[in-house]
Amino acid sequence: MAAPALPERKPMMTLAYRRRIITNNVITGFLVLCALLALIPLFWVGIYVLEQGWPALVGQFPSILTEQSPEGGELLWAAEGTLILIGLSCCVGLPIGIMTGVYLAEFGRNRFGDLVRFVADVLAGLPSIVAGIVAYSVIVLTVHHYTPLAGGFALGLLMFPTVTRSTEAVVRLVPDTLREAGLALGVSRWRTIVSVIIPTAVSGIITGVILGVARVAGETAPLIFTILGNTNGFVGWDQPSPALSLQIFQNFLTPQDPTIDYPIGYAGVLLLFIMVIVLNLGARALAASRSGAAR
Amino acid sequence: MFVESLRAFYGSKLAIKDCTLRIEPGQVTAIIGPSGCGKSTLLRCLNRMHEVIPAARVKGKVLLDGENIYATNADPVLVRRRVGMVFQRPNPFPTMSIQDNVTSGIRLTGRKRSREMAAIVEKALRDSALWDEVKDRLKAPATALSGGQQQRLCIARAIAVQPEVILMDEPCSALDPIATLKVEELIAELRENYTIVIVTHNMQQAARVSDRTAFMMIDMEDRAGMMVEDGPTKEIFSKPKDKRTEDYVTGRFG
Repeated sequence: MAAPALPERKPMMTLAYRRRIITNNVITGFLVLCALLALIPLFWVGIYVLEQGWPALVGQFPSILTEQSPEGGELLWAAEGTLILIGLSCCVGLPIGIMTGVYLAEFGRNRFGDLVRFVADVLAGLPSIVAGIVAYSVIVLTVHHYTPLAGGFALGLLMFPTVTRSTEAVVRLVPDTLREAGLALGVSRWRTIVSVIIPTAVSGIITGVILGVARVAGETAPLIFTILGNTNGFVGWDQPSPALSLQIFQNFLTPQDPTIDYPIGYAGVLLLFIMVIVLNLGARALAASRSGAAR
Repeated sequence: MFVESLRAFYGSKLAIKDCTLRIEPGQVTAIIGPSGCGKSTLLRCLNRMHEVIPAARVKGKVLLDGENIYATNADPVLVRRRVGMVFQRPNPFPTMSIQDNVTSGIRLTGRKRSREMAAIVEKALRDSALWDEVKDRLKAPATALSGGQQQRLCIARAIAVQPEVILMDEPCSALDPIATLKVEELIAELRENYTIVIVTHNMQQAARVSDRTAFMMIDMEDRAGMMVEDGPTKEIFSKPKDKRTEDYVTGRFG
């Protein structure tokens, strides 16, 4: 009555296993290296901008904001112009973008919706100068003068696909159970969308808006033909007007006195850089607080 | 409420065939049957929620107080105000407070009577056995409540609109046993003022809670749901007329 023979025990640490561990570590290390390489440009740019712009912006704050470039124009007016443009582009891009996004999410599962989505995707890749030319022909040539409205229109055109896509994505994420709850109460479809679905999706929509704004805040090309730039600040809706990106462009391209133009230009660059980073971080913070909130 | 020769489709697929059922006012009617036999589909046909699904169709009649809710000029929105629904998973509106959830049906249908809102909120919450638990925090977000409380909030929301019929689609299947018990007690109380139709997977629940029971099954040949038998609950469970009903309630299949 001998006990049945136990199968031969296999060793736990075999050669093959050791080889797998080494390969795993090598590949992981390589991927980490690639990721670091991808970060390098961002840090390079960031450090360069800080290095050049800090002494100007912070060192000569706040006088740098009102110092007149020999080229003409000052940062404060330029920043004011950029803010006006952002406001205008929001007036153009947001209503269309949000409503299109909501339409696509709620009613867009058909051929027409696919067409709209396709158009939005194409427009998302629109070169910014093309948007500028479109605004030029549609507005500037019609009213015969440069105007911030044309700039706002061009930027709105660039902003709207981003807002549409993110709005559609966020509204789709709202669970169907909420739509059913609304309808089952005898609430009409449109009212359910306006009073239940959109408020539920609103922080996601805002995130999309902020990202859209961050995209257009620094655009230069579409502004060249539309607002032209103005060395006297914002003077009216039917006049050329300044913008931060244009001011920077002008100071570096055609400086009359580099010793003054350049520092102002770098300060402007830093200012714009900070603006875009703040907008992006703000969007992320909003998204994080939304997904962390009790649901 | 009277269902007459109802057929429901998802696109071209027949889901329920020739269903006829009488729902007695002031009583709880349970619809039982194995999974996938069309119980929820039938329930959703009673308040015109079935047609919300793309390509879903209904043929036949459903009479509410003698009027066909599927008449060509009948407004589904008005139907749904008379026939309310509570879903399987509690679905309070997350952006609203508890009291706003209760009044949402009234506010969003444009019938604002702000002076009476507080009274309406209290009555609805009392009638859903939730008042004592939330009376100090009516402005708290609805999502702060437990699952059972959220489901009772959904019931409060449904009854605040003062429907004639309340449909409940497996209202306790997502709740723990204690919450289930509370909701079942609530159903017994609601019976005095509303007509209730409840779909349930749980035969014992149907036996506990309902006055009448309807049994549905899938027809093996065309894979469509059909009404096999309906009657007073006691009879269905002790002396069913149809053998298939007997097989189901005795657990020979499920």
